[in-house]
Amino acid sequence: MSAIQPPAEAVWWKQPLDRVEGTWIAIALVWSLFMFIMMPLWHIYGKQNLSNEAYRTTPQAYMAKAQAMVNQYTVRTETAANLPVVRPPPGSDVYLVGRLWQWWPLLELEQGQSYRLHISSMDWQHGFSLQPVNINAQILPGYEMVLTITPDTPADQTIICNEYCGLGHHNMTGKIYIVEGS
Amino acid sequence: MNKELFRTCPESGLQFHKPAELLMRSNAVLAVVILLVGGITALLVTLTRWPAVHLLPADRFYQVLTLHGVNMLIFWIITFEMAVLYFCSSTLLRCRLATPRIAWLGFALMLIGIVVNNAAVLNGDASVMMTSYVPMPANPNFYLGLILFAVGALLGCFVFLGTLVIAKEEKTYEGSIPLVTFGALTACIIAVFTIASGAVILIPTYLWSIGYINNIDAAMYRLVWWALGHSSQQINVAAHVAVWYAIAAIVFGARPLSEKVSRTAFFLYIAFLQIASAHHLLVDPGLSSEWKIFNTSYAMYLAVLASMVHGLTVPGSIEVAQRAKGFTNGLFQWLRKAPWGNPVFSGMFISLIGFGFIGGISGVVMGTEQINIIIHNTIYVPGHFHATVVIGTTLAFMSLTYFLIPVLFRKQVMLPGLAKIQPYLFGIGMMVFTMAMMGAGTLGVQRRHWDMAFTDAMIGFDYPASAYTFMGIVGISGVAAILGGASYILVTVLSVFFGKPVGSESSYGFTTSTLTRAEPIIVPDGGHAAAGKWGFAAPGTFLLAIFFLLVFVLYYAVNWKYLASVWPMS
Repeated sequence: MSAIQPPAEAVWWKQPLDRVEGTWIAIALVWSLFMFIMMPLWHIYGKQNLSNEAYRTTPQAYMAKAQAMVNQYTVRTETAANLPVVRPPPGSDVYLVGRLWQWWPLLELEQGQSYRLHISSMDWQHGFSLQPVNINAQILPGYEMVLTITPDTPADQTIICNEYCGLGHHNMTGKIYIVEGS
Repeated sequence: MNKELFRTCPESGLQFHKPAELLMRSNAVLAVVILLVGGITALLVTLTRWPAVHLLPADRFYQVLTLHGVNMLIFWIITFEMAVLYFCSSTLLRCRLATPRIAWLGFALMLIGIVVNNAAVLNGDASVMMTSYVPMPANPNFYLGLILFAVGALLGCFVFLGTLVIAKEEKTYEGSIPLVTFGALTACIIAVFTIASGAVILIPTYLWSIGYINNIDAAMYRLVWWALGHSSQQINVAAHVAVWYAIAAIVFGARPLSEKVSRTAFFLYIAFLQIASAHHLLVDPGLSSEWKIFNTSYAMYLAVLASMVHGLTVPGSIEVAQRAKGFTNGLFQWLRKAPWGNPVFSGMFISLIGFGFIGGISGVVMGTEQINIIIHNTIYVPGHFHATVVIGTTLAFMSLTYFLIPVLFRKQVMLPGLAKIQPYLFGIGMMVFTMAMMGAGTLGVQRRHWDMAFTDAMIGFDYPASAYTFMGIVGISGVAAILGGASYILVTVLSVFFGKPVGSESSYGFTTSTLTRAEPIIVPDGGHAAAGKWGFAAPGTFLLAIFFLLVFVLYYAVNWKYLASVWPMS
């Protein structure tokens, strides 16, 4: 009987497996288990893992921390809007603000140094997409994500918003300059 | 049983309950109308993302993209699925449909929901994309339309379940329900879960949009919303796999290799459906890696295993049926001699290949916790789900339509020449389209983004030239696929509304072996294996499966390698 008719045998569950099915199921199961194990293994041996560090916050509280960092470490301003370029010391906490429609402030980080990058949104959901290195994360209002990053390539990076956030979404960009250590 | 309420299709031997038949027709016609809206918006979106054309202004683009998403991913597919549910219960079980009036109420609610939702988007204050992530606000009617539609679909699910109960009660079939109905039942169970999740998140969101609730947590919204957003795609998978089995049965008289394996694989979809749909949240703050890893895989990827099983057993059952008919030369004569000119078959087979090789592999790869870092929200993501939902589900539904036109609508397929090439134009167009999107996504091109050149941005960014090439290919292949989709709508509408009625002696327009009169497949002593090679009933299919696995392993490894090249993060 075909697949659109009731099974021919009343006790179809006792029909033995064909070898082709049994063999394939065994192979596919091994592959599935392997793919699962790769994820914990990469946490142990791999270098690219998101931290699990995140905090609840409010736009006001987060903005205050970002503003304090900007006040302390701004090295110059850029663009017609005089956006601050901030160069925080290696190893320090860096606060990046996502808001309609910019990533603020611009950052200047040293190649090969690690930074604790905090990111949060002041309003809607945003997407942190660092290009061309291609690192992507979801940024939510009310949540402060912390990510320890180590820029190990010399190219300057542009931060693009990759979560749709309204009419100016495609203009929401930011910058991370990578400089050689002093 | 009131005989007057039934008609038997003289060609297929299928028995239609007339109230159910009208419901199937109405749902199918409504679905195609939505597909037309979805197709027009698809063209506008494609022509805007094609960098050389860049058709629409930004606000229009986001509005049209929202329309495209809700109409295609929710309205078209679920409306067509209602027709499939009624067909798999009432028709396949030769049973009257439970409470047709409730089914009509469901239909009305779905139609009203579609109109309310679409009107809100067209009004211009609901360009929030299908996901409508809070706290970006939309016109309350956007959510209201979705809720009404979901309630209507839920009623349809209950009618389906009620029909199963009646069929059992009135003993319209013997033994167990057919495998295809079992697949539809799987889809229905997942649909009930999906719609319940949708209610849990959309009703509060609606109340928030009218000012009754003052805050909805963004992370909570994403967690619950994706139990709607992803599970609804699991309905599609269950439904289109059921359609694959149905077409294998219709065209080849194929029977499942083993009922046990295929049914267990369907059950795995229910049991290992990603309840929290964690793979959408892999780079979200506030969730631990343990939670992400466990919930994206349930330790063993059994839902993936289920699809890999169906990917073997559907073509495997075709191979066995073809070998039994004498196509036993070599490993692939059964496939070469398949009716490639019959769109019912060709569409189904392209759907299977595209879903597995492109949609399946890319889905698992990007659903890996760490690999998601290099893929999340890039245009790779729509590349993936166009392969699953468009090549997989939509193309499977299209090929089923070519069978339903004569059987359900009693019309001959018009423009058979166009119908013959339609699955190739649509399927191959979409294959190129999806792979080009993935290529662009790998280079960091974003989804839901109006301007990859950042012309008006204060800080610009230049994508490499290859990214523009990929997006150009996306544009060209997208237009080709849309022409394929337009051909489908043209053939369907012409046939259904202007086609010649199917006479007693007329044909489908395509050679399709009939259901009740199909030659029973004689399995030689010793089971299936006697017809195959190496003790395998379907050696050709096995070889294809091994090839699939090699591609999978290779692509998986390449992505880890790519991930290893980005900045260290912890």
